[in-house]
Amino acid sequence: MNEFLHQLLAGLATGGIYASVALALVMIYQATHHINFAQGEMAMFSTFIAWMFIQAGLPYWLAFAATVVVSFVLAAGIEFVVIRPMHRAPELSVVVVFIGLLVIFHSLAGWIFGYTIKPFPSPFPADAWFASPLMSAHEVGAIVVALLMVAMLFAFFRFTPLGLAMRAAAQNPASSRLVGIRVGRMLMLGWGLAGAIGAVAGMMVAPVVFLDPHMMTGVLLYAFAGALIGGIDNPVGAVLGGFLVGVLENLMGTYVVGTELKLSVALALIVGVLIVKPSGLLGKKIVTRV
Amino acid sequence: MNTTTSSLPMGAPAPAVSARRAMRWPWVLLAIALACGLLFVLKGYQLFQATMVLAYAIALLGLNMLTGYNGQISLGHGAFFALGAYAAGILMEHAGAPYWATVPAAAVVCLAVGYLFGRPALKLEGLYLALATFALGVAMPQLLKYKHLEAWTGGVQGIVLIKPDAPFGLPLTQDQWLYVFALGVTVVMFLIAHNLLSSGTGRAMRAIRDHAMAAEAMGVDNRHYKSMTFGVSAAFTGVGGALSAIAVQFVSPDSFTLFLSISLLVGIVVGGVGTLWGAFFGAIFIMFVPNLAEQVSKAAPWAVYGVVLIAIMFAMPGGVMGLLNKLRARA
Repeated sequence: MNEFLHQLLAGLATGGIYASVALALVMIYQATHHINFAQGEMAMFSTFIAWMFIQAGLPYWLAFAATVVVSFVLAAGIEFVVIRPMHRAPELSVVVVFIGLLVIFHSLAGWIFGYTIKPFPSPFPADAWFASPLMSAHEVGAIVVALLMVAMLFAFFRFTPLGLAMRAAAQNPASSRLVGIRVGRMLMLGWGLAGAIGAVAGMMVAPVVFLDPHMMTGVLLYAFAGALIGGIDNPVGAVLGGFLVGVLENLMGTYVVGTELKLSVALALIVGVLIVKPSGLLGKKIVTRV
Repeated sequence: MNTTTSSLPMGAPAPAVSARRAMRWPWVLLAIALACGLLFVLKGYQLFQATMVLAYAIALLGLNMLTGYNGQISLGHGAFFALGAYAAGILMEHAGAPYWATVPAAAVVCLAVGYLFGRPALKLEGLYLALATFALGVAMPQLLKYKHLEAWTGGVQGIVLIKPDAPFGLPLTQDQWLYVFALGVTVVMFLIAHNLLSSGTGRAMRAIRDHAMAAEAMGVDNRHYKSMTFGVSAAFTGVGGALSAIAVQFVSPDSFTLFLSISLLVGIVVGGVGTLWGAFFGAIFIMFVPNLAEQVSKAAPWAVYGVVLIAIMFAMPGGVMGLLNKLRARA
């Protein structure tokens, strides 16, 4: 029983990371209706930037803040330079551009920072008061950070005029433009936010899996699954889906099929859920007039 | 996901007028003649590369049928490529089948598996289908490594195959014969694809892509056509996989990673979504650009690859065929 609890909680901890990346995916999806396949690699790159700051002697939280800002600017810049010119292109071409971004970030990170695996510090001391035999301080911290992010985002979208403008720009760009919302700027902001969220997720996952260019490949996959299972247009659903996928993956790996097949089985389960409930657990069913 | 407006690809411009179609035949014959000519120009490794281009072209044709003509996105077609390759490998290794018989066998296996996958996947659209196929692409290498299947698949080590000799005492080297064989298969597959796509079936497939509900209202059986397209598409990709297995003389789970699936998707987009001949340009791209990128920069070849990819999408969002069609329209 104790073992089961342990696995369950460990699943929740990794789920928190999937949830954060899923949240970043949902951010960009809501704004542009694209799935950013490069999200994981962008987060990995941000984590390397954080590592660089820490190596330069900055205290952790200062490096954290600086990384979030840099990632925000970087992601917004990518939207402006690479994605915006493609807004008329067919959807699949945009997907290919994302794949291009993915390999560029992956390759650049390896080139600049090297392929050796690096340790990354955790901001939560191992002997913190919230650490317990069942969950390490970092695991608790990662979950809290993920929940905090979704709460902040929820508040941002729900209660601020800027959040309202962003939602409007995503839902109906033409009408939003007519009421004076700068849609392009909103998209850039959405990308920036996604970049920042991804950076936080990267810094939370790095102490667990260690830092190297391959760090986020699997995470992105799970996050994608989490976002879809929760409903791609719903941030709360995405976070829930992320946690669910984390728990499922851990329990499957431990009790059912062993580690070699756990990814396949987890994905098969997710697809099974989607076949029964095609728009995700909390997703809106979109009805269109023909 | 929006359920009605098909946001997926835009495909080729409306089917060409028959006069233009008649004009195409000389070009096709010229292309075949050129391909035959390559037989005497290229040597050893280059011939192998040319054979691989043909194998990829068939696989891309299959994916393009599904994604370009039917509007169903697949991020996991590498799985069918792997399945075709393994079907060929296992039949040659364990059943002693001749190499030429493995190609249709691979087609049949992939047709069945593709149909069985496409049937439940009917409910999924757009991104959700992308995820389901993605899962397939991820699961396939793991399944091939699975220890209870090792007796058949050879596990991580894979299967080593023997290169066939030219039959009937033809004065060709093994590489040359293989190229001729692949060329023959390619011509047949393209002929099948061309006829299928210009028949009523092809029209039904395109109608589903453009407006599923309208197609249904006109009496197109969406469920049947969509899952059948999945099967046929998988069969084409499987044939490509079988050819590549015979050419490489080796199958192993690690040759069929997710990267292959992604390369296939990149291939159809670079060639031109919803076009028949785009498959060749896409195949040339996925065969040669990674090598070229490595020559440009040893340190970060994939960064070069990514930049080339993005540049191509900027310059010709409709792929090579999109650009050619645009030029032709202007001329």
